[in-house]
Amino acid sequence: MLIQIQSGSQPIYQQIVDQIRFRILSAQLKAGDELPTIRGLAETLKVNPNTIARAYRELEHEGLVEKRRTTGTFVAESSGTLSRTRRRQILTPEIDKLLVLAGHLGADAAELDELIASRQQALQRKE
Amino acid sequence: MTSADDFAVRVQSLSRSFRGTQALIDVSLQIPRGSVFGLVGLNGAGKTTLIQHVIGSLKALHGSVNVLGQDPTIRPEKLLARIGYMTEEDSLPKWMRIRDLISFCRTVYPTWSDSYATQLCDMFGLSTTAKLKSLSKGGRARVALLAAIAHRPELLILDEPSSGLDPIARADILEAIIRTVADEGRTVLFSSHLLEEIDRVCDHIALLHDGVLLESIPAATLPERYTECFYRTETPSSRAPEIPGSFGGTGDASEWSVLIDSENEASLSTTTSIESHGSRWELVRQEPATVHRWFAGRVQRKPTASSTPMEGVQHV
Repeated sequence: MLIQIQSGSQPIYQQIVDQIRFRILSAQLKAGDELPTIRGLAETLKVNPNTIARAYRELEHEGLVEKRRTTGTFVAESSGTLSRTRRRQILTPEIDKLLVLAGHLGADAAELDELIASRQQALQRKE
Repeated sequence: MTSADDFAVRVQSLSRSFRGTQALIDVSLQIPRGSVFGLVGLNGAGKTTLIQHVIGSLKALHGSVNVLGQDPTIRPEKLLARIGYMTEEDSLPKWMRIRDLISFCRTVYPTWSDSYATQLCDMFGLSTTAKLKSLSKGGRARVALLAAIAHRPELLILDEPSSGLDPIARADILEAIIRTVADEGRTVLFSSHLLEEIDRVCDHIALLHDGVLLESIPAATLPERYTECFYRTETPSSRAPEIPGSFGGTGDASEWSVLIDSENEASLSTTTSIESHGSRWELVRQEPATVHRWFAGRVQRKPTASSTPMEGVQHV
């Protein structure tokens, strides 16, 4: 798995969580797919194994992956359907960032709604 | 209760001076077994002097050093067989061929593994018939790394191993660290001023500055303990706002950032707006401190007199 680690920004385990989560939610990784072993990923990324383990624990806590005893870590069957609470937890900080920026730029709620709708159409056309 | 065996290295109140200059001042630290312990500090902070005590090339005159359960200066050969050591210096004899060096290592280390050495040669693209002097600096560093790890040491000590090496050679070193620690119970002591590398591979970070151990902290707790807070003021200021429990102010004019230590009792938890040297400061943003920011804040020069304004503030 090609994960990009950047120093000096977010904590490394967080970067790993974000990138694996994105792969699962965008179905690049599908239910039942096996994640690399902790040791294997640690060696590829040149990152401490405990950091990988912490990232996997976090993903497990989010219900995106599940550990199967002795065999490894797999993308959870129910990973595509996150609970409403979890979805909100993940989306909220992103929306907050957007709202702060929109506020600074002087874009009001109506303009933002309109923009979201038009971007959604644009993305759907691409698919 | 933790027993002595939980720690691969224990340094107690170690001091050392050379011709009246203090290189280490009352340094105490413990390296948990199975961890990657990062030693950071500016050039001349005392990192190498500390490591020389750990490998027994310097004897503790004040304080004590215990490595894998023994004093490293008593029967050092017994200890060195269990340790792998690599420094930034190109210290291997250049006239040797790689295979001669491997034969030499085999006689020194009872646990030397020829198959692992062969595997490492393949991985690093080294030919055993090559002479060390024919290799690039990166090639020689890989040979030094091979000689330090092919006996699968219980404790691997790397003293600024990456200095002056290309990114691919540095990646090989990091991978060797990860492999070492991924094998149960083995320990790595890694000294570097490349914070990006420290951030990636270390469980624990210790900061040595002017011979003093300023802090020793589990890497995962660092961003939880320290928060970088950004403040703005209407009246441009030549110094950071004075906030109890904060340190490492950096910035200029109307924007300054400081580090807040959540474990310092003096620090205020929700400091959104404060009054400092006659101006009002608003908190505009806060985020967990990065290793870089923490390091820069810690080694920043403090103003000499507490009451004098910080003219010519250090920008880190």
